[in-house]
Amino acid sequence: MTAPLLGVRDLVKHYPVRNGLFGRATETVHAVDGVSFHVDAGETLAIVGESGCGKSTVGKVVLGLAPATAGQVTFGGESYAGLRPADMKRIRRRLQVVFQDPFSSMNPRMRVRDIIAEPLENFAVVDGRDAVTDRVRDLLVRVGLPAEALNRYPHEFSGGQRQRICIARALAPGADLIVCDEAVSALDVSVKAQIVNLLLDLQAEFGLALLFISHDIAVVEHMAHRVAVMYLGRIMEIGDRDALFARPRHPYTQALLSAVPVADPTVRRVRPMLTGDLPSPIDPPGGCRFHTRCPLAFDRCRVDEPVLRPVGPGQQMACHLDQADG
Amino acid sequence: MTVPAPDGEVFAVAPDLPPLIAAPPRRGPVATFVRRHPTIVIGAALLGLMALVAICAPLLGTGDPQALAPAKRIRAPSAEFWFGTDSLGRDVYSRVIYGARTSLLVGLVVALAATAAGVAVGLVSGFVRWLDPILMRVIDGLMAIPSVLIAIALLGIARGSVVNVIIAIALAEFPRVARLVRGVVLSLREQPYVDAAQACGSGSGRIMWRHILPNALDPIIVQATYIGASAIIAEAVLSFIGVGTPPTVPSWGNIMAEGRALWQVKPYIVFFPAVFLCITVLGVNLLGDGLRDMLDPRVAKRA
Amino acid sequence: MAALLEVENLRTHFATRNGVVRAVDGLSFHVDAGETLAIVGESGCGKSVTSLSIMGLVDQPPARIAGQIRLDGRDLVALPEAEMRHLRGNEIGMIFQEPMTSLNPLLTIGHQIAEPVMLHQGLDRAAAWARALDMLTLVGIPAPERRLRDYPHQLSGGMRQRAMIAMALACNPKILVADEPTTALDVTIQAQIIALMRDLQQRTGSAIILITHDLGVVAEMAARVVVMYAGRKVEEADVATIFADPRHPYTRGLLGAVPRPGTGGACHRLAEIPGSVPSLIKPLVGCAFAGRCDRAADICHRAAPAWRQIAPGHGAACHFAGAA
Repeated sequence: MTAPLLGVRDLVKHYPVRNGLFGRATETVHAVDGVSFHVDAGETLAIVGESGCGKSTVGKVVLGLAPATAGQVTFGGESYAGLRPADMKRIRRRLQVVFQDPFSSMNPRMRVRDIIAEPLENFAVVDGRDAVTDRVRDLLVRVGLPAEALNRYPHEFSGGQRQRICIARALAPGADLIVCDEAVSALDVSVKAQIVNLLLDLQAEFGLALLFISHDIAVVEHMAHRVAVMYLGRIMEIGDRDALFARPRHPYTQALLSAVPVADPTVRRVRPMLTGDLPSPIDPPGGCRFHTRCPLAFDRCRVDEPVLRPVGPGQQMACHLDQADG
Repeated sequence: MTVPAPDGEVFAVAPDLPPLIAAPPRRGPVATFVRRHPTIVIGAALLGLMALVAICAPLLGTGDPQALAPAKRIRAPSAEFWFGTDSLGRDVYSRVIYGARTSLLVGLVVALAATAAGVAVGLVSGFVRWLDPILMRVIDGLMAIPSVLIAIALLGIARGSVVNVIIAIALAEFPRVARLVRGVVLSLREQPYVDAAQACGSGSGRIMWRHILPNALDPIIVQATYIGASAIIAEAVLSFIGVGTPPTVPSWGNIMAEGRALWQVKPYIVFFPAVFLCITVLGVNLLGDGLRDMLDPRVAKRA
Repeated sequence: MAALLEVENLRTHFATRNGVVRAVDGLSFHVDAGETLAIVGESGCGKSVTSLSIMGLVDQPPARIAGQIRLDGRDLVALPEAEMRHLRGNEIGMIFQEPMTSLNPLLTIGHQIAEPVMLHQGLDRAAAWARALDMLTLVGIPAPERRLRDYPHQLSGGMRQRAMIAMALACNPKILVADEPTTALDVTIQAQIIALMRDLQQRTGSAIILITHDLGVVAEMAARVVVMYAGRKVEEADVATIFADPRHPYTRGLLGAVPRPGTGGACHRLAEIPGSVPSLIKPLVGCAFAGRCDRAADICHRAAPAWRQIAPGHGAACHFAGAA
């Protein structure tokens, strides 16, 4: 069995909340509290969840933009722990990102050519200014923009076009895995479709792996091979896309999937309605984190935190109900 | 794939109405600029006028500003002495015109020096987390003392000269810039494009130089103009109380100081330098306000 | 029976430094009492400007509004501001997208709900606060007595949106304008808010204008749908017809671009609409959608289509709307 491209084991990321006179940390935000998953070459793993679930933080740690509090992240077999900046740079060449906001993820003062050239120059992908410009032209055409765009500034483009530029920048160093952090969430419906199609095309052409972080369940279902559902810093359920969407086992997954409004007026959803609000990640509930809102919670849920266990082929969930189902 | 329209078929069309508002007339780029940013234009004009006066001082009918003529002292403005003479018989007009050189020089150099120092400190403070509290406490300390007092203290230990005046005022003014730059750097650091640059393999140095600094320029430029205005006034104040430019170098401040004793009887010695000072500072402030309005994206833009 | 709200040939044009932006350019629709009309479109189609024009919240010096907006027969466009203020919060309620920035952070929730009640219905403070308490209970906020004295930042996103709904409904308005009310909310909270709004509509009988780009929300809430593009209405029909038999190519494109649950297995491409929305500053010749339409003919580039009635209650602005 080939080793996964990206491996995350028991990842923990806490942020101190600085109060007090000299910035002493009085509380911690448990952004990510023990998350494990892997991404194989060429596949798309989607991480879905609502606000405060920690999916964006997972993305940041995977990209090396924030150090993990505990746990292990490996890329191409190399662990991030104790990595020197030069080694991290080597990993970064294969690991790129597309952020959510096409407006603020590019330096407004740089021309498109320089924006895309930055990784080419940093990683010495091609040599010489002209070679770089040629490569930028190729990349722009590959993502569906005119080559002349390289002389313009980001503000001259629409949201969808800017996102294409960001994708070109992510492709430039020849990445193996691209982290898409809500990459299509800020786009209009028709533009979203264009970018989703583009990502799928590029994945097919270059054999890219995608770590697709999103709250948009419909897009995730369309794009992902496997899906992980996060809630308050932990993975509640993870599995193959078809299995998870056809037979969601975890109560949170069931509530989440059924809460998505369907663009079909003839379908009347029967929803397990979740009561209450998301608890704060500063003080997550004891036992199973979901028990405060779960319609099926029982005594054990308040005390014991469940771990991920297989509940079917290619599907795991963290819930005490799996014992009952057998 | 197009569908050819069959011959003779009639298509109902929507009425084509003109816009409700007449499009604003297209003017040339200069006229548009003037119309949209009148403050910059006025401020720049006033400042430019003063700069011209300072540069062309020898050509404006001035004499030697140091020339003493005790026999003709304390004369009111006349055809021979346009602004009159002071208590030592010097031509006030010449002194005021040459004084413009001092004030503008001090204003410009202090603005540049304080900005450069402030940017350096602010960048480091914003970027190097562990240095930040230390530097900021030093800056806070400096800012707690009124800038004029700092200048006085420094000039108490050094001789009065234009260079020392510049150093003293720059030292007093740069904390403001450092604070501002630090704040801007802290907020720019959170921008996604900085994260993206990191993900692209750019190091801290490259990020600071190519991503943070160019985007921090706007507020820095505006602040630099305000510092220029503040420096001009500070120099005048210091010279007025006698610790600024030496009496041999004409400065609006020390001209006013010399005229202070006489001002109820012969107000012109104080009046003329005061007017020039006001015009200059007004020009710089208007320029700064106009630049801020132009560069701040949140100010509403109307046609 | 005359409709509750009739918008006729609404045009809202803005003077900007680059030219005149024709944000809304000849929009007509109506809303009956008690029904939910959805206005659907993407960014720049003019749907938000439409809601602001109805509420009279567009400043007329940079903008000019022409056309008629009749609420119960009264023309709102010509109404002086003082009278418009009587209507806002009273007969017309409004819910915005971002509850954090639409609620005053310095005033308690109770104060903000009681304020329109005191203003429009002349109740004294005690009575108005009692009504605020009733409204908070109605929108399903737990422990409402405590929440009355809370500030907006102490509430979660879903609670704030409920508070805003309470504020909008406090004076029993005839019509509620909801501009992207669930876009900023998490999916499970969104489901709660949709259920709440449907429930409240049953109870209070207000009409709702729902402005959104989310077709799923439209399917769940709306009775009739207006599709807007580049400041104009391109299709109008009841909700079942819009989804089952869209006639305008833009509506079709929009529906095709939404990923359908249960189809992910094939991982096929989503239907794309190529290109992007045209600029509203440059004068448009012909149909606004012609540049992106896959069945554009020569006539489409030359002349903008008039409204075609396809069936009672179903119309589209397309030269070829009649064709299946």
